[in-house]
Amino acid sequence: MSLEATPRGGLAIPTNPRTRSALPPARIGLRVAAILYLAALIAVPLVAVVTTGFRDGFGSLSSAFATLGARQAIQLTIVTSLAAAVINAFFGTLLAYVLVRFRFPGRGFVSSIVDLPFALPTLVTGVMLVALYGPASPIGAWLAAHGVHVIFAPLGILLALLFVTLPFVVRTVLPVLLELDTAEEEAARVLGAGSWTTFRKVVLPALRPAIVGGSLLVFARALGEFGALVVVSGNITGKTLTAPVFIFQLTSQFRQPEAAAVSTVLFAMAFTLVLVTDRILHRRAPLW
Amino acid sequence: MVTSTAAMRSEVRRSRLARSGLIALALGYVALLLVAPVVGIVWSVIRGGIAEIGTTFARSDVIHAFYLTAIVAVQAVVITTVFGVIVAWVLARDRFAGRSIMNAVVELPLAVSPVIVGLMAVLLFGRGGWFEPFLAARGIQVIFAVPSMVLVTTFICIPFVIREVAPVLREIGTNEEDAARTLGASGFQTFVRVTLPNIRWGLLYGIALATARALGEIGAVLIVSGAIQGQTETATLYVLRALEERQEPSGFVVALALAAVSVAILGAIEIFKRNRERKEKTG
Repeated sequence: MSLEATPRGGLAIPTNPRTRSALPPARIGLRVAAILYLAALIAVPLVAVVTTGFRDGFGSLSSAFATLGARQAIQLTIVTSLAAAVINAFFGTLLAYVLVRFRFPGRGFVSSIVDLPFALPTLVTGVMLVALYGPASPIGAWLAAHGVHVIFAPLGILLALLFVTLPFVVRTVLPVLLELDTAEEEAARVLGAGSWTTFRKVVLPALRPAIVGGSLLVFARALGEFGALVVVSGNITGKTLTAPVFIFQLTSQFRQPEAAAVSTVLFAMAFTLVLVTDRILHRRAPLW
Repeated sequence: MVTSTAAMRSEVRRSRLARSGLIALALGYVALLLVAPVVGIVWSVIRGGIAEIGTTFARSDVIHAFYLTAIVAVQAVVITTVFGVIVAWVLARDRFAGRSIMNAVVELPLAVSPVIVGLMAVLLFGRGGWFEPFLAARGIQVIFAVPSMVLVTTFICIPFVIREVAPVLREIGTNEEDAARTLGASGFQTFVRVTLPNIRWGLLYGIALATARALGEIGAVLIVSGAIQGQTETATLYVLRALEERQEPSGFVVALALAAVSVAILGAIEIFKRNRERKEKTG
């Protein structure tokens, strides 16, 4: 039955070239609408940012970098984003593995709650962390008494980033794990490999592109995060000021060319990462 | 023989132990990172007194903030849904030079920090902006008003519907549509009767994600709206002001209300996802 080989089991009706060319006005209309929509909403604003930022060469960029706390802000953003990417690469993979391979009470609940950060406003994430670890809460007070500062400190920034980006790795690794044939793992076990060796030699190589892709997304997203950090970080210049908040400050001080220059750098980094991720994942797994 | 059974038994015990350890570690991470803060804010609201909920929602600025959030979110979601389906269709069905560029451009908003989105709007419509002279001459206020808030929210929501609908369109192929057209249906009829039912769950999933994102947007809206109390202050901006003015209890109440709406949307997302997956399996 060769018919079953066609996708979705339908009869493969050869596309009639005449029906295709019969509707060029509608087709071209849709194409033009799509191009105009994306050009007006995405391309024009981006061109505005890049041209404003680099109208006078690298002058705006270097003057932005000369601002007090600029270097520390960018450094802090890169370091915390990197840490979030590494930590969530580990825990995201672990969560996906546990959710796919093990059956335990509360599994459905965990599977749903992992998506919570996608739905929750990022500002609410920050507010929740303030409610839990802020000076007004007993936990925050107890931690502060023991020298651990979460709110208005890098630790709070990291926690907020971890919260916001948790679903990325889970959602990229999980579909790959679901499709993975367990026969190879069983073969490895039968041949005497321990469970750790089996995971390391058989499962991990298959998951690697998804893990790398997911963590790059985490990194890209963390670079630009604003809502979750604005109430948690305290925005202390030179200490807890992050790059997006720095850009916000430049904008509200009417130093737009400098804001645009820093934005271009930040955005170029993030966009490269998103494109690389897309290549790695071959568009196979939906990002969410 | 005895030693090998013993070894096997210890191996089984060890793997069972490893299994429990992995589950405990994963659950512990979720509990500490995700569940604890949710419990924290619920507990903070309860401690602040249930009466605070009534007082907060009786405030005119809070009511206006929620109203404005709804207005902005609805407009942004409608725009990105209509155009999102068009762009998804073009990406999945149309062949022309520059389609791969379009593919990349669609991903762009995911990489742009909301703060940068706000800056873009300021550069175009703010004082000394590209389009400012034209609009000012006609008395159209964009920045510090609803239009710019809708605009930035739309920018941020662009990818969601496209990313969910384009793969579905690609996967279902054109057989059914071609059949409808052969049987005499018009292009519009084909879309409403054949294409739309096929992309239904992916579309709803994308709309739910976009809505959640639109309701919670803050960075871009903060820059373009000016956060004028009672005028351009959305629910998230109200929470920010409440925390800055040391009115934590009412800020927590509004934040919890936003979280509740989001959880409802998350529930919808789960249902849409399940339906979509079921459709993929059976269809």
